[in-house]
Amino acid sequence: MLIGHQPKEFLLAVEALTVSFDGFKAVNDLSFYVEENEIRVIIGPNGAGKTTVLDLICGKTKATSGSIQFRGQELTRMKENQIVQTGVGRKFQTPSVFVDLTVFENLEISYPRGRTVFGSLAFQRDAAVRDRVEEVAEMIFLKDRLDTYADELSHGQKQWLEIGMLLIQDPDLLMLDEPVAGMSVSERAKTAELLNRIIKGRSVLVIEHDMKFVEDIAHKVTVLHQGRILSEGTMEHVKNDPKVIEVYLGH
Amino acid sequence: MIINSRFFNRSELIGFVALAALLFVILPLSLDVFRLNLVAKYLTYAFVGIGLVLCWGYGGILSLGQGVFFGLGGYCMAMFLKLEASSVENTKIQSTPGIPDFMDWNQITSLPLFWQPFHSLTLTILAIILVPGLFALIIGTAMFKRRVGGTYFAIITQAVAAILTILIVGQQGYTGGINGMTDLRTLKGWDIRPDHAKVMLYFFEVFLLFGCILLAQFIRLTKLGRILVAMREQEDRVRFSGYSVANFKIFAFCMAAIFAAIGGAMFALNVGFMSPSFVGIVPSIEMVIYTAVGGRMSIFGAVWGSLLVNVAKTGLSESFPQLWLFGLGGLFIAVVLAFPNGLSGIWADYVQPRIDRLLTWRKPKPAKAWTDGSVADGAPAE
Repeated sequence: MLIGHQPKEFLLAVEALTVSFDGFKAVNDLSFYVEENEIRVIIGPNGAGKTTVLDLICGKTKATSGSIQFRGQELTRMKENQIVQTGVGRKFQTPSVFVDLTVFENLEISYPRGRTVFGSLAFQRDAAVRDRVEEVAEMIFLKDRLDTYADELSHGQKQWLEIGMLLIQDPDLLMLDEPVAGMSVSERAKTAELLNRIIKGRSVLVIEHDMKFVEDIAHKVTVLHQGRILSEGTMEHVKNDPKVIEVYLGH
Repeated sequence: MIINSRFFNRSELIGFVALAALLFVILPLSLDVFRLNLVAKYLTYAFVGIGLVLCWGYGGILSLGQGVFFGLGGYCMAMFLKLEASSVENTKIQSTPGIPDFMDWNQITSLPLFWQPFHSLTLTILAIILVPGLFALIIGTAMFKRRVGGTYFAIITQAVAAILTILIVGQQGYTGGINGMTDLRTLKGWDIRPDHAKVMLYFFEVFLLFGCILLAQFIRLTKLGRILVAMREQEDRVRFSGYSVANFKIFAFCMAAIFAAIGGAMFALNVGFMSPSFVGIVPSIEMVIYTAVGGRMSIFGAVWGSLLVNVAKTGLSESFPQLWLFGLGGLFIAVVLAFPNGLSGIWADYVQPRIDRLLTWRKPKPAKAWTDGSVADGAPAE
């Protein structure tokens, strides 16, 4: 289709993406492009289709039509685990960690090795795994909690753990769905610090409502409304766009 | 102590030693051959239970059709034994000598093609593993790749159990029908019926059982074991960590099928016959109950559950035949409502801490060494 027209430097190219649930178009003819090392924030009112866009990219929801190209590979035809293996990581809105496993085991499962059935049978917890798990645990402030069951962590700590699980995958595109939602003030500050550290050297797609946080990190902002792009550009540009003020920021 | 610190933790090691002592020493010394043979029969369900611990307890995949695999393994073994028992000399009064008696009764005049491999013991052993394994692979692939799970999967396994029973009963000429395969006599010329053979078979079965326990424990301790637990809780997170959830479910289901099939084959050898009454819906559900009572998260629990429930079953149905089904139903309800982790859960919650306290109080030094690695109960030494 349009593939030939796109310059190569885009990491992610979403084109004419549409998904309809029983006739309701949650995402409607959406196109946007994310460059290497770009931090892109998606904002928009409730029901704008923000989470659905992430679901479509990571394969949780299948697109009705349109294309999602990641490094030239078509994601819409891949299974979720294959998409992960091409380098796309996804954090969910509610912390989804394995509560019956320890922090160490949670991180170890996300370590990108031995992902097949027999690979996981032969998987050895060697020094490389241990070092990497400890390194990531330190970044997510859980170094002294490695043997704690994830069940016993606070909400904020679970969010960090899930971010750590993504980090250990070392994805080229990191997708975060409201990473600071439901956190205490001090946790929020720590998370912002953590995110600022981990977004270096990769592209990040974030959904967030916290405007101060968005302003801090965003290179470019995409405003969604009813499944379509309302406005796109720098935070400054978006903030002064009358359409955006009317449907979103003004309220 | 590599085993102590790595492969089994302390309470698992105690469980292992206690079970080995019971099955290898105490029971053979204290029971007559008839009762020992009954224990051998009960233990065939322990194989199914170990499979269910992996598949249901760890992986969260409830199969209500393990009788299918128990039956497939049992029929494979029984077909070999039946062919050996149907030698030309043994069957010379039949109109077609050299084929199993039930075929002759059903006017079948030559051995069907699918029976041919069962002349060979090697092929039979392969079939015991591969037939149920492949069947589970097909069902598992068809279901899990389409993301069918939970209750729907359980109902489908029930349907498969019902279908297989109907098929076996209906194809009397090929399967022996409702009577099953009876009058099994020798294994490679070795008579399996006398007392000394029953004792030998008992020990062989217990060896195999411990082999399966060790294999299951090995799987549980690998990363695959942890992925099964992870999958049970957060399927999507596993998927988005780069794993194909369906493949792991298929693996767990196939392993459970193979364990069940080994149990079935041991059943045919120890009990001396195989019939559709061990394949259908009711026996499949009973097998799940044994596992639930023993504790679905515990490999040893599954063995104890199979033993104890069957001892209770034999005891109750000898004295009050009508009451047994109510007893079993009541037991299942009690376990689900009050003790979701079964006997092993009761052990871990109530008995183990007391033993720990007793040991710590009486022998402070070794107790300290044991609790070194883990947090344990922290009971003071004095």
